[in-house]
Amino acid sequence: MSEAPLIRLSGVGKNHGSIIALREVSLEVDAGEVLCVLGDNGAGKSTLIKIIAGLHRHDAGGYEVAGEPVSFGSPRDALARGIATVYQDLAVVPLMPVWRNFFLGSEKRKGLGRMDIDHMRRTTRAELGEMGIDLRDVDQPIGTLSGGERQCVAIARAVHFGARALILDEPTAALGVKQAGTVLRYIVQARERSLAVVFITHNPHHAYPVGDRFLILKRGRSIGYHPKGEITRDELTALMAGGAELEQLAHELQSTQDSDAGAAAATALTKEAERLRPAD
Amino acid sequence: MGRAAAEALPPPPSPPPPPAPDERMARRSPVRLLLGRPELGALLGAVALFAFFSLVADAFLQAGSFSTVLYAGSTFGIMAVGVSLLMIGGEFDLSAGVMVTTAALIAALVSYQFTLNVWAGVLVSLVLTLALGMVNGLLYVKTGLPSFIITLATFFMLAGANLGVTKAVTGNVATDSVRDMDGFGTARAVFASDVDVLGVNVNVTVFWWLGFVAIATWILLRTRIGNWIFAVGGSADSARAVGVPVARTKIGLFMGVAFCGWFSGMHLVFAFATVQSGEGVGNEFFYIICAVIGGCLLTGGYGSAIGAAIGAFIFGMTNKGIVYAEWNPDWFKFFLGAMLLIATVVNLVVRRRVERSK
Repeated sequence: MSEAPLIRLSGVGKNHGSIIALREVSLEVDAGEVLCVLGDNGAGKSTLIKIIAGLHRHDAGGYEVAGEPVSFGSPRDALARGIATVYQDLAVVPLMPVWRNFFLGSEKRKGLGRMDIDHMRRTTRAELGEMGIDLRDVDQPIGTLSGGERQCVAIARAVHFGARALILDEPTAALGVKQAGTVLRYIVQARERSLAVVFITHNPHHAYPVGDRFLILKRGRSIGYHPKGEITRDELTALMAGGAELEQLAHELQSTQDSDAGAAAATALTKEAERLRPAD
Repeated sequence: MGRAAAEALPPPPSPPPPPAPDERMARRSPVRLLLGRPELGALLGAVALFAFFSLVADAFLQAGSFSTVLYAGSTFGIMAVGVSLLMIGGEFDLSAGVMVTTAALIAALVSYQFTLNVWAGVLVSLVLTLALGMVNGLLYVKTGLPSFIITLATFFMLAGANLGVTKAVTGNVATDSVRDMDGFGTARAVFASDVDVLGVNVNVTVFWWLGFVAIATWILLRTRIGNWIFAVGGSADSARAVGVPVARTKIGLFMGVAFCGWFSGMHLVFAFATVQSGEGVGNEFFYIICAVIGGCLLTGGYGSAIGAAIGAFIFGMTNKGIVYAEWNPDWFKFFLGAMLLIATVVNLVVRRRVERSK
């Protein structure tokens, strides 16, 4: 094992034209660790993972994989280094059968360009079985699976192909409570298989139970980077939402709405903001 | 990695809830498996149409008529192979119709003007036509514009160039006959001869057609490239994210259409010896119709080469059946349009069935 962490970003920045999408972001994640990246919409989470995943090149700072500086031109380069990314909305091709999705981009071949279809079907069934998804028919279009199951297929796929690091882009965002729980369980499982996991989310309640470290982004900058021991769930929530912003919202509701409902909401928000304030 | 590692692990924190299998049972439907075949609608349509024409047209059931139907199907079916793969890959090629004429003109003009063996013209045409397909593909990949627009532009450019170059070189709208050139006999044998099958003359294009369909089906279902074709059509972003070379796959598909165009063009040259430079306009829609009737989704990601072949067969049956039934052939396009409408509605239903019940 090398001394350097599996993934290390130091002072990474990215501009899209004149827009600064990301500035001076640093993070580390090692095998058997879960790093949660939190942030509201537009905080720069997507840009960050696109850099890690190889879809974008970073403009500033350094990106190291196991101590080696890298600059990826395509997701293939990142995959070759064992960095696999599972995207929230583009994890799979819905109309294609489950097994074709599972092996997409890494098809198993047996010469003359032919695919080893039996092997691929068997492997898909076995790997999904291990994750607790029992499919009778791996030929069914993956679009017929539930959202949580599709995420699990994508995660199982990354693990099967020897990923050392797993980048998960809001895997729980579109899921119900139960399905989100399933996905969180596989994040823990991936950590136990000593993968490095980068878990992007805007939900501190999903992040806190599974994370070892937390990076909070806001407007393209890091506003907090804490190991689990140094931060409580409430503090995390406060950093995410910003206690001051809740107070502001409460104020607005009170002044613009005379109805009882508006006043009640304002009171509730004020209380929430007060509860979160000690964290600031 | 994989199984052994996972078995060594302790079970997940909370075991999967036992009622889960019940939920899954409800989602499985054997009907969907049948409806999931892209060719199904086209096959039923072909059987119905065959029965229909057998009843209304006495001449339809004769072996010679069937050979004619197959020939009509093959001339469009060969192009439909390339066009259907491209459509599964999520793109259109509106230049496919005139590209056939371009390929034929290149071969005829090169052979005649330089007084070469016609096979030289055939090869030059292959290279240039593949290059045209590559240009379509590169334009699409580099600009990111819809392939509809890109190939609409190349369609008009080719249509104009076909006429302009031919007139400039020959002073006529058609090429000079290559019938007496060296190699015409062998080229005709390959691209446009009749083969005797149990006493019935069948055009060689029918066998090429079946061969191309078989190869395309093999590529689609058995090779990695096929997986990529479905993926770039179904969701290009997902495909790119897992490392599929989307640009190369799409360019390859445009070149596949060009290859089919080249072959069809060679059939024209060696069946008729002269090439009319204004031909081919409008045929691109027939190819697309064959693919769509055969179950290819216009939006990509779904379809089959066999379906497109059945679509072309339906096309051939309708085309010739109307003649054998002694109806007014002016109505041919009306029936074609109606069948396209029915086929797309069936496709829509299939897709909804597949995508529902998430």
